[in-house]
Amino acid sequence: MPAVEATTLTVRKTALNGIHRQMGAKMVEFNAWEMPVEYPSAGGIIAEHNAVRTGVGIFDVSHMGDIRLAGPEALAAVQHISMNDASRLAIGQAQYSALLHPRGTFVDDVIVHRLGEDDYLLVINAGTREKDFNWVRDNTRQLNCKVENLSDDFTQIAIQGPKAVNLLQKLADANLSAVKFYWVTRGTVCGLKDILIARTGYTGEDGFEIYIPTDEATSARVWNEILEAGKEFGVVPCGLGARNTLRLESKLPLYGHEISDTINVWEAGLDRFCKMEKPDFIGHEALEKAKTEGLKRTLVGLEMVERGIARDGYKVLDDSGREIGYVTSGSPAPFLKRNIALAYVPPEFANVGSTVKVEIRGQGVKAQVVPTPFYKRPKKA
Amino acid sequence: MPYPTDFKYTKEHEWIKSDGKNATIGITDYAQGSLGDIVFVELPKTGSEITAGKTFGSVESVKAVSDLYAPASGTVTEINSALATAPEKINQDAHSAWLMKITLTDPGELNSLLSAADYEKFVAEEGGH
Repeated sequence: MPAVEATTLTVRKTALNGIHRQMGAKMVEFNAWEMPVEYPSAGGIIAEHNAVRTGVGIFDVSHMGDIRLAGPEALAAVQHISMNDASRLAIGQAQYSALLHPRGTFVDDVIVHRLGEDDYLLVINAGTREKDFNWVRDNTRQLNCKVENLSDDFTQIAIQGPKAVNLLQKLADANLSAVKFYWVTRGTVCGLKDILIARTGYTGEDGFEIYIPTDEATSARVWNEILEAGKEFGVVPCGLGARNTLRLESKLPLYGHEISDTINVWEAGLDRFCKMEKPDFIGHEALEKAKTEGLKRTLVGLEMVERGIARDGYKVLDDSGREIGYVTSGSPAPFLKRNIALAYVPPEFANVGSTVKVEIRGQGVKAQVVPTPFYKRPKKA
Repeated sequence: MPYPTDFKYTKEHEWIKSDGKNATIGITDYAQGSLGDIVFVELPKTGSEITAGKTFGSVESVKAVSDLYAPASGTVTEINSALATAPEKINQDAHSAWLMKITLTDPGELNSLLSAADYEKFVAEEGGH
């Protein structure tokens, strides 16, 4: 009898996959997507990271998901499924938020963009596209609102860094200086009309994300035009490696690490994005209860004091070597030139200056609780 | 990148240069290229014993930790202290940025390692997938 072949999970490719390979990018699998992790021709992760901090870098983030809610009860739908208050959004404004389970833990984090009167775009993580769409649709059935999965409709390119606005302005007809951080506009970009341009990003720098047609030819043309226009600013293509080190320095959460379906909003320290005065959203009741019970663990920033690099999943110990928590994300920080980490520890260890140890290959290596974000971009003059 | 013909190589991408009694150990250019920027090197203390085929330390890039495997057995006599503050030297020139020096317990162990030509072939096949 012939052997049955094991089915393999299909790995998806973005429209820019060919370009990344052409540029010699090191490719890696991330949440069933084949993505560039770094570009040796750009100098690799450290060079890419520092280019974003000092100049400009571009990222293919087409693997992210997009859900559109439109209709007379679109706002009610968004309010019901997310923890931040979307009623504060003017048309053209965006906010960081999260979708929660009834128990107050995370389905996903999300950026909510108000595109029109009753028209909202939720941008979600790559690994949670299907889960989120089904969850949003199932939890808004009772409302007069259309829910569309637009995840395959866009090539999404992020342009990030202090020079991002200078770069994109060369290619866009909209007045980008008039677009405040976390606001959006529409305009012609590289000759393409009516392109959504959002002043958002995941790097802790100023920057934009553009949503363009998903055909390979257009996507490649725009990518190349951005690189060409950015030459005078030292633009480099950046992969997921730099994307992770940048967001870590800026203490931006990553689903599956700082936030997950077993972690609640208070533990993750995302209080300011959770508007409890909004009476009805999924997770509200559980969060009220959790608030009265007090925190059992909290997210802190760590900096290594002794030689060593704390990495995802490593145990955190107290001075006597007793296990007290774990690292959610840890890595060298290329711009800060220190080894940093985010970790869950009991509240009594959360004060800045507390010393703990991180277990690295069997040894407890000294670390210190430090203020976060580790890096904050300088205010523009 | 030509691989020095007076080195021997392992399939785990270490090189070893020996005079029959003492040896110098490092990682190859192929290894540093696949790792990317090296940010941390962990080596054994001088005086410690290493055993052929077993791990003796690690080298870390931004994204990952990679174990180092001993090409031969021996006692560590010297480690390259420059790598503690400048691990990127390995990226710059992997065949000069030695990791450590040892006295060999059994020089015969080197006979089973790869020559430069064999290692080049091995790497061409590995890189081709």
